[in-house]
Amino acid sequence: MVRGMGKYLVNLPAVTGRRLVIALPLIWLAVFFFLPLVETLQVSFTSPRRGIPPYEPLWGIGDDGFFTNFTTGNYALLLQYWSDYFGPAFNSIKLAFFSTLVCLLFAYPMAWWIARSNEKWRTILLVLVMLPFWTSSLLRIYALIGLLNPNGFINAAGLWLGLIDAPIQMMQTDFSIYMGMVLTYLPLMILPLYAVMVRLDADLLDAAADLGGSGIQIFRTIILPLTLPGIIAGSLLVFIPAVGEFVIPALLGGPDQLMMGKVLWTEFFRNRDWPVASAIAMLLLAILTVPIIYARYQDGRDAAAETPNPKQAEAG
Amino acid sequence: MGRMNGLVLSLGALGFGILYLPIIIMIIFSFNAGKLVSVWSGASLKWYAGLLESDQLLSAFGTSLLIALWAATIATIFGICIAVAFVRFGNFRSRLALSAIASAPLVMPEIVTGLSMLLLFISMESLFGWPSGRGVDTIIIAHATFGMCFAAVVIQARLRDFDMAIEEAAADLGATQPFIFLSITLPVIAPAVVAAWLLAFTLSFDDLVIASFVSGPGSSTLPIVIFSKVRLGVTPEINALATVMIVVVAVAVIGASWAIRRRLSGRDQNQ
Repeated sequence: MVRGMGKYLVNLPAVTGRRLVIALPLIWLAVFFFLPLVETLQVSFTSPRRGIPPYEPLWGIGDDGFFTNFTTGNYALLLQYWSDYFGPAFNSIKLAFFSTLVCLLFAYPMAWWIARSNEKWRTILLVLVMLPFWTSSLLRIYALIGLLNPNGFINAAGLWLGLIDAPIQMMQTDFSIYMGMVLTYLPLMILPLYAVMVRLDADLLDAAADLGGSGIQIFRTIILPLTLPGIIAGSLLVFIPAVGEFVIPALLGGPDQLMMGKVLWTEFFRNRDWPVASAIAMLLLAILTVPIIYARYQDGRDAAAETPNPKQAEAG
Repeated sequence: MGRMNGLVLSLGALGFGILYLPIIIMIIFSFNAGKLVSVWSGASLKWYAGLLESDQLLSAFGTSLLIALWAATIATIFGICIAVAFVRFGNFRSRLALSAIASAPLVMPEIVTGLSMLLLFISMESLFGWPSGRGVDTIIIAHATFGMCFAAVVIQARLRDFDMAIEEAAADLGATQPFIFLSITLPVIAPAVVAAWLLAFTLSFDDLVIASFVSGPGSSTLPIVIFSKVRLGVTPEINALATVMIVVVAVAVIGASWAIRRRLSGRDQNQ
């Protein structure tokens, strides 16, 4: 490809057009994505008040000229009530971490199964993976409640079959949270795994087996290293949104399954303490900074390593 | 490796079971005359009839549809701009800024996006008087904002595969850039544009968290109404509603993949 070819083609209206194509989304995202984050950071340093909006302005020009109301009180509050705020923060990380592991446990064999199927079955199984992805996750969580409730399907079936004597408490436990996370995020783990597994050369596995490699040996020395990029990509896709998840702890969790998203929601909607809610949002972002930057770095590496192959792109 | 295949198959089957068992049970019990999702008390369509009579659900459905149509359209137009800038414009000055700001919304927790958008709308209102209150318009803006980043990813992938030589040839023959884009580039990337629009539409239609922050009185979307109903307890109409929505999506997804397969195999035969 001749780079810089565009230079010869450029004429004046094209330059303006190009500027416009870049500027339109850049300005939109600066105003409606970046600016809101700056505003949230500002509000996290204000003090709450009764009124609309329910926080003092951080700075402004009043009768006595320029004034500021800067306070670190909200962050001090988070530290003071450590167990009420950092407890849910640790809980979010713990639940997100184990949800990622459980997703990996199911997604890995599922992706392997899809990648090793013939073309017809591969299409069918991929559609089965994508289908939940296109349906509302809220409705899928709702469907799960029908299954896990004390008077829900699983308990009713268990009682009827005589497997259990009394309904088991499954809702409002870590179990229901993990089920909700798997239901919501499993497709996000399967797709990147499938993408690396479908490119894995079957001859390599046959050669290893012919040379007497055991199943576990082949897995450890060939399959695992070659699918590692998929494992990392899928884990990040699950872990990052799972930490900030709100719907799952709100509908499936009990008072013991507090997560940061739910605490932020309660502070904002129930306690109407917007400055503290903003401070929690900043804490959540601080926690996610490392995995987010790592994800961007991985993306950049994958893009650089990718060799252009139209056939693979078509299949993906 | 026979033993391992057994393990792979059973874990894989269990995975598909987890994905589908709740949905299948819910679909079956949406035809249940009783209220419970456990005791079958005879077949009935009464929850579907109830759905049609629920003004609250129907008007929320209309609101969500309106928002998703607008948000997806705006998101797709801006998504095309982002994708074209990244794939076709080489190293422009603001490339790093655009790439950071267009990829951050993909990983931003919804709850942070929702809260920060609301805070922005409120301070904008006190500064310029716009937007006055929150409603359909603020939800459209919020949904278009994260939708365009997802749309850009989908369109970029397609644009990258597309041979630039065709565009260069057209330019050599004197075609203007807008003409080249409309007559060559757009038709080629059309499937990706449609996919991007559908993705943005789905993301908007399903969003609960962001809409909860930036909605106002009278602009409750379908997920907001469903969420408040589910929180109050068992609501069998939701089973019926979910069944309708899942069947519509299933038909659309299966139809689309069948069409793509047919087109691909048709192309193979031509070669």
